[in-house]
Amino acid sequence: MDYEAVIGLEVHVQLDTKSKMFTRVGTGFGQPPNTLTNPVVLGLPGALPVMNRDAIEKSIKVGLLLNCKIADICKWDRKNYFYPDMPKNYQISQFDQPICEGGEVEIEMPGNSPSEIGSHRIVQLTRIHLEEDVGKLTHYETDSLVDYNRAGCPLLEIVSEPDLFSPEEVFAYLTSLRNSLVSAEISDCDMEKGQLRCDANISIRPVGTSTLGTKVEIKNLNTISGVRNGVEYEIRRQTKALNEGETIIQETRRWNPDQKYTTPMRTKEMAHDYRYFPDPDLMPVKIDSEWVEFIRKELPEKPFDKQRRYMEEMNLPYSSTSALCGDRPLCEFFEEAAKLSKVPQKIANWVVNDLLRELGQAGKEGEERRGLQNCPVTPQHLAELINLIEDGVVSNNVAKELFPEMFISGKSAKTLVEEKGLEMKSDGDEIEDLCAQAISDDPDAAEKFRGGKEGAINALKGSVMKATRGQANPQVVDETLRRLLS
Amino acid sequence: MSEKSSMDIDYVANLARIELSPEEKNKFQGQLGEVLKYFEKLQEVDVEGVIPTAHAFPRFNVWDVDESVEGFTSIEALQNAPKSRNDQVVVPKVVEE
Amino acid sequence: MSDHSEIFSLTGSEISHGIDNGIFSSQEVTLAYLSRIREVDEKVHAFLSYDEDDMLRQAKLSDQRRASGKSLGPLDGVPVGLKDVISVKGQPLTAASKILKDYRSPYDATVTVKLRSAGAVVGGRLNLDEFAMGSSTENSAYGPTCNPWDLNRVPGGSSGGSAAAVAARETPFTLGSDTGGSIRQPASLCGVVGMKPTYGRVSRYGLAAFASSLDQIGPFAQTVEDAAHLLEIISGHDPLDSTSYPTDVSSFSKILNEPIKPCKLGLPKEFFGPGMDDEVRKSIDEVIQWYRQKGYELVEISLPTTELSVPVYYVIATAEASSNLARYDGIRYTTRSEKAENAIDVYAKSRGEGFGQEVKRRCILGAYGLSSGYYDAYYLRAQKTRTLIRDDFDKAFAQVDAILTPTSPTPAFKFGEKSEDPISMYLSDIYTISTNLAGLPGISVPCGFTENGLPVGMQLIGQAFEEGKLLSIAHDYDRELQFGRKQPNL
Repeated sequence: MDYEAVIGLEVHVQLDTKSKMFTRVGTGFGQPPNTLTNPVVLGLPGALPVMNRDAIEKSIKVGLLLNCKIADICKWDRKNYFYPDMPKNYQISQFDQPICEGGEVEIEMPGNSPSEIGSHRIVQLTRIHLEEDVGKLTHYETDSLVDYNRAGCPLLEIVSEPDLFSPEEVFAYLTSLRNSLVSAEISDCDMEKGQLRCDANISIRPVGTSTLGTKVEIKNLNTISGVRNGVEYEIRRQTKALNEGETIIQETRRWNPDQKYTTPMRTKEMAHDYRYFPDPDLMPVKIDSEWVEFIRKELPEKPFDKQRRYMEEMNLPYSSTSALCGDRPLCEFFEEAAKLSKVPQKIANWVVNDLLRELGQAGKEGEERRGLQNCPVTPQHLAELINLIEDGVVSNNVAKELFPEMFISGKSAKTLVEEKGLEMKSDGDEIEDLCAQAISDDPDAAEKFRGGKEGAINALKGSVMKATRGQANPQVVDETLRRLLS
Repeated sequence: MSEKSSMDIDYVANLARIELSPEEKNKFQGQLGEVLKYFEKLQEVDVEGVIPTAHAFPRFNVWDVDESVEGFTSIEALQNAPKSRNDQVVVPKVVEE
Repeated sequence: MSDHSEIFSLTGSEISHGIDNGIFSSQEVTLAYLSRIREVDEKVHAFLSYDEDDMLRQAKLSDQRRASGKSLGPLDGVPVGLKDVISVKGQPLTAASKILKDYRSPYDATVTVKLRSAGAVVGGRLNLDEFAMGSSTENSAYGPTCNPWDLNRVPGGSSGGSAAAVAARETPFTLGSDTGGSIRQPASLCGVVGMKPTYGRVSRYGLAAFASSLDQIGPFAQTVEDAAHLLEIISGHDPLDSTSYPTDVSSFSKILNEPIKPCKLGLPKEFFGPGMDDEVRKSIDEVIQWYRQKGYELVEISLPTTELSVPVYYVIATAEASSNLARYDGIRYTTRSEKAENAIDVYAKSRGEGFGQEVKRRCILGAYGLSSGYYDAYYLRAQKTRTLIRDDFDKAFAQVDAILTPTSPTPAFKFGEKSEDPISMYLSDIYTISTNLAGLPGISVPCGFTENGLPVGMQLIGQAFEEGKLLSIAHDYDRELQFGRKQPNL
C-alpha cells in the first residue's frame, strides 16, 4: 500500500536577548561554564523570577510576522518534571494561555532548477508560547556534567499543525521560519549553537485517507540535515512496519545522527504527568492593541514579500533573489547600492557572487561568514564600481580583479583605478599600433580570419589585451582589428 | 467520592521523586486518605462561574527591561555542589526517559 | 566594659534608646545577648546556629558609625535573629532540613539587605518546622524548640524558634515567615507580638519558599511598637519579587499613637464556635471588654467560608510546596544520597533521606492535587473557593475596620500531642489560615495567661495594605496591658 506522511513540528528558538527570561544575568554562547548564573538561574532557595519585557515584545513580533492571533492576556505556568539540566525541576512555560495562537508559515519547495522559482504554500501553526531554556548536559562514560549557562534563556516554542507532508517540506518550513526569524532579528537561529532546535511528530496514513495515523515524536533533530534525515528515516521505518503487518505504537523516539536511525525513548504509558499550574511567583501579561500596533510598525518586510518585490519591481532574476532574501543585512546592502545605480540586476549579481565570496574568504577557515557590519566595501563603493563599468571607464575583467583589492584596502574603486592607472585604454593610435603588432606577430591567425574563420580574431584580441594588462577597451580593439584585417 | 479518598501512593511518590520505606507508605496511605476525606468538603462548594484566585492582589506586566548584570563566578555557582568537575556539576549517568 | 547583665530584658526600643544615648554600645548589647543565648538556649533550642564573630564584627562597625555620627537609624547596632529560611550571604540556610545541612547561601535576601542598610546586627539562625511546614516546630530535623513558658510544650510553628527566642530574651527582634499562621500562632503560644504583613508588603526574595502565593516575612518583638519599627524597615517594593506590591510604606511607628476613632471591630461568629479552649475564650472576652470600654464599637460579623479555609489552604499550599521543593534534589546544592547510582536515584533517594515525614507527606499530597485527573477537583476548585473566602473578607471590611479573633484555639500543647494526627495539627491554624488566603495583614498580640501560666494571644486582622491602622489598634491595647513584657523563668 502507498502511504503518505503527516508531520507536525515543534521548533524551539532561543530569543536573542541580553539577559535571561526571568532574571537579568547575561546570555551568550561559549562562555566559561556556569558563569551566566545567579540565584535565579540555579534555582537557589529564595530566588524569584522577574519577566524580561523585551523577550515578550520579541515574541509578539514573531507572532505578527507569522500572522498569529496575539493573546490579550497570557500567563505563566509551571511544568513540573525532574531532570538534571533543569535547576528548579519545573520549567516556567505557558500551558493554556500562550502568547500567540494560530499563525502561518509560507514555504517554498525547490523549483526544477536553481534558477527557477518553486511552488509556494502556507503551513498552518497551532500556537507559539514562551518559556525558559534548560541547561546543557554533557554525557561521559560513567557520569554527566551540567553547565547552567543556557538555563533560563528565553525560548520560543513554535508549534505547527500536522500540516507538512514530506522531509522536503519540513526542510522548506525550517528554512522559511529561520529566514523570517533571522531577518526580524529575533534570533540567529544557529542550530549548531542550539539556538534553533526541533522535534517532529510523524505519522503515516494510506494515500487518499484523511484520518491521522498513530503519532510518533522524534527528538534530538539538532541539525538541518538531521531533521531531514531523521524525518525521512522515520517515515521509512513506519512504512516498513505497516507493510510488514506491524502496528505503530504511540511513543517518543530519539534520532541518532551518527548511526542514522531512531530508537525508542518512552511510550505513551510512560508519558510525563507535568502537573501544570499557574506560577504563583509571576503576574500575567496584558497585551493591549496599542503595544501590538507599535510592534507591527517595526516589523521588517517578510523575506518572501521582499523576494516578490525584487522580482517584480526590480526585475531581478529568481536566482539572485533566492540568494539575497534570506539575509536581511545583505538585502539592505543591496538596496542601498541599487539606489545609486541604474542596473540593480548587476548590483544583485555582484552582491550574491563577489561580495559573498569575499566575505567568506575574510573569515578564517572553519569560521562563519564575516558580518557585513565590518565590511570594508560599502554599498557606495560597489555602486561606484558598477557605474565605472557601465560608463566604460573600466572593463568587467578589471573590475573583477579590483574588487578583492577594494575589499582588502577599503579604498573606493575610483581611488584604486586612479592609483593604478587602470582606466580602459580607448586611445586609437596606441591601440592601432598594438593591433598591427599583433597581426604581424601572428600572421597565421590573421590569414585564417581573412579566410573566413571568425573565431581566429580572438587570438589577436587576446594578445592586445595581454599587452595592455586588460585595460584596452575591448570594443575599440575589435573594431580596429577588423579594419586592419579588411 | 470515596474513590477520591484513596491515592495511588507509589504513583504519586514517584511523581514527587521521594523514595518511601514500606512503613512510610503504609502510614502515609492511611493519613493522606484521612486528609483527602477531610478535603471532600471542597467538592460540596458551589463554585460555578467563580474566577479562581491565583494572586491575592493581581497585577499585570510586572517586568524588567532587558539589561544584563554580573552573575556568579563558577566558584560561587558551584560552592554548594555535592560534586563538581571542570566547573560543572557532576551527576551520575543520566538514564534517558 | 560595664555590667549590663539585664540588657536582654529590655525591649528593642529601649535598647535602641540605650545605644543612642551612649548607655551601652552595640558590642555590649550583642555580647549580652550572646551570653544569654549560651545561658538559656540549651533549654529552649531556639537557635540552629549563630556566628558570634560575624555578629560582633557587625556590632563593632555599628559602634564606629555611631562614634562618627553616621548612625543608620534606630535599629543601628540592634541584633535581629532570622528564621532559618531567610538567606544571609555566607551563612547557613538549613530550613531545618537535613537536605540543606551543608548549604551556605551565596546571596542576601532582600530583607537581609534592608536590615543591613538599617545597621541591624544580622544575628543567628532560628529553628522552625522543616521548610516551615508545621505548627509546633517539632518537624525540625535538628530537634524541636521548647516553649520558654513550659519546656514540655511546643512553641508553636512553624516560626517556633523566632517566637521562642524573643520570649526567652535571646534577641530583641526576630523575623519569621507566615504561610498559614506560622508567625502569629507561635507568637501567641510564646507570649510575644508577631505580625504577618499584607501579601506583597515585604519582599520574598531570598526566603526559601513554602507556598509562594501565601508566604510573607514578618517581625516578632515584645511589643507592638517594636514590631512596627521592624516592619517599617523590612517593608517596601522590591523589583526582584514580582509579587511585591508597589505601594508607599507609611511610617508605621509614627502613626501608632494616632487614634483611629470611631473604630469598629468585627467578631466573626464562625471563629467563636466549638473547638475554642475555655481559657482562651475567657482572655478574648476580656480583650473585647477592654476595647468596648475604650470606645471601640464591637459588632458580630460572619465569615461563612471559615470552615473551608483549612482544606483550601492545604490543597493550595501543598501543591505550591510540591513544586517549590522540587529544587531540593541532591544535584546542585543539596545533600546527595550516597546510595544513588543514577540520576533518578539521586532524586528519590536524596529526597527520601533528606526530607522529614511532614515534608514528604505534603509534597506527595501536593503532587496528587496537581496530578492528571485531579487538578480540577483539587487545585482549581481550591483556587475558586479561595475567591469566595476573599469575598467574605471584602464584605466584612465594608462594615468594620479590623477583625478581632483569638490567634490559636488553644494555648501551647505538649510535645507529641498532635504530631501523628495531621488533621488535628492542621486545625490548630484554623484562625490564622484564612488571612493568608485573602492576603490580609494580621497581628498576634499577647493578651493574658492561662492558670498554668501559658500565654494567650489575640489576633487582629486588617484591610489590605492598612498595616498602620492595624498596628495602631493593636498598640492601643498593648501599650496599656504589655503582656509581652512579662518574662518567663528560665
